[in-house]
Amino acid sequence: MNTESTMNMQTSLPQTDKMTVSATTALPQTGDRLSMENETIKIQVNDLKLYYGNDQALKGIDMVIPERKVTAFIGPSGCGKSTLLRCFNRMNDLVDICRITGEVLIGGKNIYDRDVDVAELRRNVGMVFQKPNPFPKTIYENVAYGLRLQGVRSKRVLDEVVEQSLRSAALWDEVKDRLHDNAFGMSGGQQQRLVIARAIAIQPQVLLLDEPASALDPISTLKIEELINDLKDEYTIVIVTHNMQQAARVSDYTAFMYMGELIEFGDTNTLFTNPGRKQTEDYITGRYG
Amino acid sequence: MLGSENRNRRRRNIQKVAFGILWATATLNLLALVGFLLFIAVNGISAINWEFLSEMPRNAMTEGGILPTILGTLYLSLGAILVAFPIGVGTAIYLNEFARDGFWVRMIRQGVVNLAGVPSVVYGLFGLAFFVIIMKLGVSIIAGSLTLAAFILPLVIGSAEEALRAVPRNMRLASLALGATRWQTIYRVVLPPALPSMLTGLILGISRAAGETAPIMFTAAVFSTAKLPTSIFDEVMAMPYHIYVLATSGTNIEETRHLQYGTALLLLLIVVVLNLFAILLRNRLQKRYKSST
Repeated sequence: MNTESTMNMQTSLPQTDKMTVSATTALPQTGDRLSMENETIKIQVNDLKLYYGNDQALKGIDMVIPERKVTAFIGPSGCGKSTLLRCFNRMNDLVDICRITGEVLIGGKNIYDRDVDVAELRRNVGMVFQKPNPFPKTIYENVAYGLRLQGVRSKRVLDEVVEQSLRSAALWDEVKDRLHDNAFGMSGGQQQRLVIARAIAIQPQVLLLDEPASALDPISTLKIEELINDLKDEYTIVIVTHNMQQAARVSDYTAFMYMGELIEFGDTNTLFTNPGRKQTEDYITGRYG
Repeated sequence: MLGSENRNRRRRNIQKVAFGILWATATLNLLALVGFLLFIAVNGISAINWEFLSEMPRNAMTEGGILPTILGTLYLSLGAILVAFPIGVGTAIYLNEFARDGFWVRMIRQGVVNLAGVPSVVYGLFGLAFFVIIMKLGVSIIAGSLTLAAFILPLVIGSAEEALRAVPRNMRLASLALGATRWQTIYRVVLPPALPSMLTGLILGISRAAGETAPIMFTAAVFSTAKLPTSIFDEVMAMPYHIYVLATSGTNIEETRHLQYGTALLLLLIVVVLNLFAILLRNRLQKRYKSST
């Protein structure tokens, strides 16, 4: 299996075929209804188990996440969807009592291999958190932060990337006259788009969004959703959301999780209109959760 | 109805009495402080003039100035903080940012807590045994500074840890999620907003070191020196020790009384000014990092 650079997924067809096969066989629920033949697989999760101390939070997850599509994780609170998301950039490493078995392949490389540089992994797999968390720095410096970490000093490069990232995050017009103001002066919705701009400034391959709109008002939420739609041409996006309408609106594929297990995974339309599992149907029709 | 009226009045009266007592206890603090400061000021102000600040003592300490004690205290405090600040901040960063909670970390923390509870005279004896005798530094500025450094270390560690803890965890997560190493995160995201409180701790450390007598009485301070110190291996005069010596074993205790008060007043002023400076600095730096969140 090809395990070198994370960039060569599109060209390595045999791998893709293999993954597609494993997707249809390993996933319990989809049968013939999950068709990923036309997708390139970006992330593959193999029998991923995660424990917090003695509590098992993920009970053997198998799934695939297609490249340049939006995949949503839904499920009731505590079902493990955020935990699973945090496995993709190894943020769970920061929890002392957390223990993980299984594999997460991104671009064919198991990110839990010993030789993986976690900082480099996180540069390639960006993350946006539930609560906007800009740094107490200027708007400009927030966006430039990731580049400065990489040692970029050139003002011309920084200026360019900052502008481009803010444009991509649909924020440029609102802030272009106050780039050197403190980011804390922005509204919550602006801060969240700033954080997205900060994440895409280093051009990650994958963008993880952990309930990115749950702390925002409806209009800001709408803007974030439009933004996700724009960004999926360039990035593989995985979004955790409590809001099923949001999942239905923004995602191409949806995974429903419950009690640390992946119950159902399918294309969003099918999952919401014609769920294959009783539990999924109960959840999306509001019978629990 | 009438009964409950009485009961309410009674409850109100009890409250009045309770508040009165609490007010009195709180006010007592202020009275003690003001009384103390006034007493020192009234008795000491007459001694303070330019000669007092700028000249060597004369005539068996009964005349002249206290310049060598001022300089000595300055050197000792600065030396102490130069040693204690890097070690203290390093310890705090290690404990707060790198170490995983475990036996080793708990031991260090417990050690720091216990260190803070050790009486200052014990530091003085430790300094005498370890720095002066074993390390052969002699009674000197460096031995005194190292002893004072050990003494204020818990204070510096405590304030540095507090400063680090005040930086929200999600700032660290944001940085790490952007591909920063832990050190980059500390250096670029955690330390800048933590710095103001750390500097406050530093200045409080200086003022604490400036006022201590016991840690320096065996390690650095002497009753009298013929000239001003020229190297860190010289022994020095210091303000708190000077007061102590003049008041207990000077050649003429009564005659130097106004000099004792003058020295005490000056020491108080230095400490107060340092503390005020610490507060102003903190407020000023905080404004740069804090706005509405």
